[in-house]
Amino acid sequence: MAENPPVDTEQWLHVYEQMYKIRAFENATNELYLGAKMPGLAHLYSGEEAVAVGVCEALNRDDYITSTHRGHGHCLAKGAAVDRMFAELLGKEAGYCRGKGGSMHIADQETGNLGANAIVGGSAGIATGAALSIKMRKSGQVAVCFFGDGALGQGLFYEVANMAALWKLPVIYVVEHNLYGEYTHHTETAAGDVLTRAAGFGLHAVEVDGQDVKAVMAATAELVARARRGDGPSVLLCHTYRFHGHHVGDINRAYYRSPEEEAEWKAERDPLSLLADWLTENNVEQQVIDQLEATVTGDVQAAVDFALNAPYPSPDEVTSHVFA
Amino acid sequence: MSSPNPTISHSVAAPGVRQLTFGQAINEAIAEEMRRDPLIFVVGEDVAEAGTPFKVLLGLVDEFGPERIIDSPISEAGIAGIGVGAAMTGMRPIVDIMFGDFTTLVMDQMVNQAAKIHYMSGGKLKVPMVLRTTMGASRRSAAQHSQSLHAWLSHVPGLKVAIPATPYDAKGLMKAAIRDENPVVIYEDKLSYPIKGPVPEEDYIIPLGVAEVKRTGEDITLVATSSMVYVALSAAEKLAEIGISAEVVDPRTTAPLDAETLIASAKKTSRVIVIDEGYQEYGVTGEMASVIADGAFYWLDAPVKRMGAMHVPIPFSPALEDRTIPTAEQVVEMAKMLCGRN
Ligand SMILES: Cc1ncc(C[n+]2csc(CCOP(=O)(O)OP(=O)(O)O)c2C)c(N)n1
Ligand SMILES: [Mg+2]
Repeated sequence: MAENPPVDTEQWLHVYEQMYKIRAFENATNELYLGAKMPGLAHLYSGEEAVAVGVCEALNRDDYITSTHRGHGHCLAKGAAVDRMFAELLGKEAGYCRGKGGSMHIADQETGNLGANAIVGGSAGIATGAALSIKMRKSGQVAVCFFGDGALGQGLFYEVANMAALWKLPVIYVVEHNLYGEYTHHTETAAGDVLTRAAGFGLHAVEVDGQDVKAVMAATAELVARARRGDGPSVLLCHTYRFHGHHVGDINRAYYRSPEEEAEWKAERDPLSLLADWLTENNVEQQVIDQLEATVTGDVQAAVDFALNAPYPSPDEVTSHVFA
Repeated sequence: MSSPNPTISHSVAAPGVRQLTFGQAINEAIAEEMRRDPLIFVVGEDVAEAGTPFKVLLGLVDEFGPERIIDSPISEAGIAGIGVGAAMTGMRPIVDIMFGDFTTLVMDQMVNQAAKIHYMSGGKLKVPMVLRTTMGASRRSAAQHSQSLHAWLSHVPGLKVAIPATPYDAKGLMKAAIRDENPVVIYEDKLSYPIKGPVPEEDYIIPLGVAEVKRTGEDITLVATSSMVYVALSAAEKLAEIGISAEVVDPRTTAPLDAETLIASAKKTSRVIVIDEGYQEYGVTGEMASVIADGAFYWLDAPVKRMGAMHVPIPFSPALEDRTIPTAEQVVEMAKMLCGRN
């Protein structure tokens, strides 16, 4: 693995800001749910921020990502605006998809986000197809496919990973291994191990501590460089943990995940605390961090207010956008 | 009952126009479009040197190279998904699925991805891809290589589905599909590949959603799709001999459906049989019959009848298989019954 990219504390503060934005966004989303102000459910990304931010910081704006049902973090890390995100979560016209997509389908082509997907593993084809398109158009972009450990049970991934390897496509499959798929531990659902599976397809595979944003970013930068050089696809296995339930309504969860385990991850392995500690050790004043957090919190609150007050789409829009 | 005076439209027979087979028409449509637009490519199993098991794409790899005529692994869901992603990011893929029976394997990519991406993104993303596959029984290929599953994808908003019957329609619909900004599925009848018909050399498209009256008549309308157009035309010939004038209407696409033309014909003749090679139960014929019954109710002299594949897995033995698909004789009998002639 290469050295961490040479960056100054300013840049790491920006990374911290991105992660904190996701955390604050998800906290506000949870509040909207608990206050019965949000239709439906949402799958919160809290605890996994270092994965989305570490990966997306190593990408250019025009590089592609595909996202998952647990996708708010990916969208924000790739550059989505909080106000239009909340508007989408509330089904408002100002949302990224005019309220037609909701939490699980946010797409934003301006930031290269080809969309979140509520079919587990469903976007593996899209990301790989985007990579084929990149290669055919010789555009030099890369495509990143985020998916959870649960998606390792889906056959589509193995079909397209095989083609990506055969055709040396510039795609990076990022496995967000948070130990659970819904309410089931991965040891009940996945045989063998991920890196060996990847190796079986001739995919370059790397494992990283998904709570350490610097490590995720460094690993991604290397995989991105490989892909841009034409050296083909790779798998980035990120070990991480979701701090909330499977979705906002998954509150009593001791039957599948012990409170002790959750407490330990939050206390010892919170990606935000880990980076904040590193920043203060590197002479960033706590007050600077506090100030940044206050600003982001204010922005998020303003975005929530914007979304709550924004109008719904006209009911006539139900029939628009069926066909292009 | 009026005297039979059928006129057969240009797409079935026109004097002095070059003749191509259905397969050649498909090939020519794809080749011409690929010459016009470098973003178009074909991906599928055995599409390159083999030109598909039906030889329809023969020669394309010589002209366009293996970068644009891409042989894939045997991964139907995978290539459908790759087509979706490539289409979303600026390419115009044609995904080749060897047998229509394998529609089952591409369902998630077509139904949950391709069909919905434009809508779910509030109109921002689009998926201009073509999925071409086959349909049709009577090749002694048994239950997993003989189905006509076009009803499945016709059921899904966001997808267009074309089922050409003639070489002329095959070329024009294929070109329309390739130029469309939406996912379009083309079901080609396997037995139609060697059928010859007039195909003009000049560039033309047939808009998706426009039916064609393949033969005009006064007494009964035979709405027929794909291979069943030939069954209907042959039935119409036989009916003419006994003084029943049958009109044959080919919807050409199941989605969008040209309800207007179907209803207009039904109003004119007052009797309708809808004939399609897919399974009759919960199928294309049911939808069309309902649309016609709704739109032409006061003009109808008889209930709208449906004829589709028998509700059994398509059997292998010729003695059995031939019983499963509507025949001209059966259509004639049904038409006579509706016209009060037996
Ligand atoms: C094909 C499919 N099967 C089942 C589901 C229901 N489902 C939604 S999320 C989920 C668990 C996914 O686990 P994982 O991929 O590990 O992602 P995580 O939720 O842990 O981020 C399941 C089973 C689905 N959406 N799609
Ligand atoms: Mg998981």
